[in-house]
Amino acid sequence: MTSTDSQPCLSIRGLSKAFPGVQALTDVQLDLYAGEVQALMGENGAGKSTLIKTLTGVYTRDRGTITLHQQSLTCSSLMEAEQAGISTVFQEINLIPTLSIAENIMLGREPRTKGFIDWKSLRKQAQQALESVGIQADVNQTLSSCSTAMQQMVAIARALQINAQVLILDEPTASLDEQEVETLFSVLNQLKQQGVALLFVTHFLDQVYQICDRITVLRNGHHIGSYHTNELPRLDLISAMLGREAPESTAAIHTEKEANKPKDPFLKATNLGRGNTIQPFDFSIQKGDVTGIAGLLGSGRTEMVRLLFGLDTASSGTLTINQQPIKNPTPRRLMQAGVAFCPEDRKKEGVFLTLSVRENIILALQSQQGAFRPIPIEKQAALADHYIEALNIKTPTRETPVGNLSGGNQQKVLLARWLAVHPQLIILDEPTRGIDIGAKQEIESLINQLHQQGMAVIFISSELEEVVRTSHRIAVMRDRQLIALLEGQDSTEKNILDRIAQHHAH
Amino acid sequence: MLTKHSIQTRWKPHKISWPLVSLLLLLLINLLFIPSFFALEIRDGQLYGSVVDVLHRGSIGMILALGMTLVVATGGVDLSVGSIMAITGAVAALLLTASTLSTLLIIPIALIVALLAGSINGLLVTRAGLQPIVATLILMVSGRGIARFITGEKVIGFGNEAHAGSFSFIGNGTLLGLPFTITLAATLFIVTLWVVRKTALGLFIEALGTNEKASHATGIQAQRIKMGVYLFAAFCAGIAGLIDTANIQAADTVNAGIFTELDAIFAVVVGGTALTGGKFNLTGSLIGALLLQTLLTTLYTFGVAADTAPIPKALVILTVCLLQSESVQKRLQQRRHP
Repeated sequence: MTSTDSQPCLSIRGLSKAFPGVQALTDVQLDLYAGEVQALMGENGAGKSTLIKTLTGVYTRDRGTITLHQQSLTCSSLMEAEQAGISTVFQEINLIPTLSIAENIMLGREPRTKGFIDWKSLRKQAQQALESVGIQADVNQTLSSCSTAMQQMVAIARALQINAQVLILDEPTASLDEQEVETLFSVLNQLKQQGVALLFVTHFLDQVYQICDRITVLRNGHHIGSYHTNELPRLDLISAMLGREAPESTAAIHTEKEANKPKDPFLKATNLGRGNTIQPFDFSIQKGDVTGIAGLLGSGRTEMVRLLFGLDTASSGTLTINQQPIKNPTPRRLMQAGVAFCPEDRKKEGVFLTLSVRENIILALQSQQGAFRPIPIEKQAALADHYIEALNIKTPTRETPVGNLSGGNQQKVLLARWLAVHPQLIILDEPTRGIDIGAKQEIESLINQLHQQGMAVIFISSELEEVVRTSHRIAVMRDRQLIALLEGQDSTEKNILDRIAQHHAH
Repeated sequence: MLTKHSIQTRWKPHKISWPLVSLLLLLLINLLFIPSFFALEIRDGQLYGSVVDVLHRGSIGMILALGMTLVVATGGVDLSVGSIMAITGAVAALLLTASTLSTLLIIPIALIVALLAGSINGLLVTRAGLQPIVATLILMVSGRGIARFITGEKVIGFGNEAHAGSFSFIGNGTLLGLPFTITLAATLFIVTLWVVRKTALGLFIEALGTNEKASHATGIQAQRIKMGVYLFAAFCAGIAGLIDTANIQAADTVNAGIFTELDAIFAVVVGGTALTGGKFNLTGSLIGALLLQTLLTTLYTFGVAADTAPIPKALVILTVCLLQSESVQKRLQQRRHP
């Protein structure tokens, strides 16, 4: 639907935001009209959440203007944004699970009589808010006893209770099943009729085409474009998200494969899968091979490699390394077998922020050797210095806590930790996410070096161009399934985009 | 980033400076007002004086602080050490009075009982996945009951037992002119420091306390390390329990080790180890424990009654904690450099 209203309800112009070491948003613009559902699309590190957080006052913007109904708007907190009429429903529902539905909806604006909470009218108002999103439920039950979908609805009801004019939904469907998504969408359609402007962040393409009127695409913090949904074919949307569609000729480099002597695979996964998170897949990799994994966010890329490193427990299948089966794979067993893994969420599962650069670098090697064969301190220092120089890690000293370094340098410290154990296979999950261009190129050329040293590399990136440029072979993921392995001439950006964009069965 | 870092290192005092300054301040007060505090004399080949007394009485606190430091560094806490002291003391007293076993057997048996208690803590944390504060609270509460059950709900005195003399050496003996407790605490401290810093155990504990998920992904055996620190804390509590029992020649399950777990936690925190886990400082904890004991001895010397001593003690604890608090430090700095 196109709004006949010529003035946008919310308008963003020239919005920029930088964090130490990385420019998260550059000159971003966005118009949101009353009564429309607009999708905000982009891969990891595209700047979607930064945009939302800057808009709602969680971050302060460096430059740019935000106008709401032609009035300039500067919020310094979520609460101020709510009062101005912009409500947000986050992916991790930020309600209080131990309180009742009614309490959650009315929290912070409880009706009072003589200073005491008027429980009767609190429940009544909550009930009305819930009904306005088409839900009939007992508002006295505690939130934790409700399904995720119901909690999502409560969050929306809460947002609307404040008379929101703009409602931002950050991946609301990520944890919902199909039927719950339908319920949510009927509520969204209803809100649309009421003239609420909806900004919808998701990575499910089907849902975008089902409900959104317009699509805005961000990539690397830049505004790529805003389109009417019916004028933007799927393939073009994916191209916009993953990078420009390259000319047919730029097939993967290093096509001079010695295909005539098939070697035994270093790692081999047979029918490996995990419940609903990833469909069983077969995958193998040889020494000296660089395999890229392409696919949209949520397609199962990370889930796949986490199984390969034993970080998640598989529900089916087997994993062998050099023909030796690995029983009950754990990171420790895989590490001993020569596999290394740099996780996607570097702060959560990667670096130790308060430990020094040296300690972070030697930790995997030390863990491999065991506590009682300590690496002599001089050797630790030498190792740290070696990698600081080799990877060009920018740090004041080797004893500086890693938390003081920029994102790109933290990533390099993580890489150094695993290179120090001389693995035979290194898995890199989004190593270039959220780091500046210079560091990105350094990591790319490092992958090439590792390949030349005979190491196997599995490389995940949201930037298709990067995957194609770096890999010999590309595994394509869609809907939690490994759908294709493209090699040689076939591994072109066009080919990959086609596979990702294919409609699936339903 | 470079300049920011150098500013930080310039203005941030070392973690253990505040407890050290407080300790020195206390000693200075003693020097000014109670000159006899530093007086030492040798009687019958043994050193006497307030300083010796502080070290002797502080040995239990110092030993408990060692074990507590490692538990806290993993991001946990052990509330049960006081109760484990009571259990160990009860076992030792019972064996001394009701059996003819020699001291050399009684000590290891009592310590094994302490380790069993520690393994319960460890299992509850690692296997059952309970929060450390809850897991160890269980033994804190029930442990004293167990100790009372062992002693038959009475105080078992063994001062008159024929073979109690060798046992009481742990609490009252003299070695090379110094109370044996001092030697014991010092040895434990040096051995612990040596083991955690000369092997990679210390680094693994810090990694685990800083980021458990990342340590798992780095192949560190988090569960084993956690089990290890709870066992070690229980072992320290066992030693402390033996000292305490040997000292008073009796197992007093109601009072043995009461509130010592809180003093140990205080010593650890003041010594520069954050309750959130990660980097730890054994020397800091030792200074923290000494600070507490010096304070208590000073208060008694000033004639403060044992019943009211907790009030000034709390004030000193509050002051040290405030001085260490980052937000307070920031405010003080802003006032100095507006």
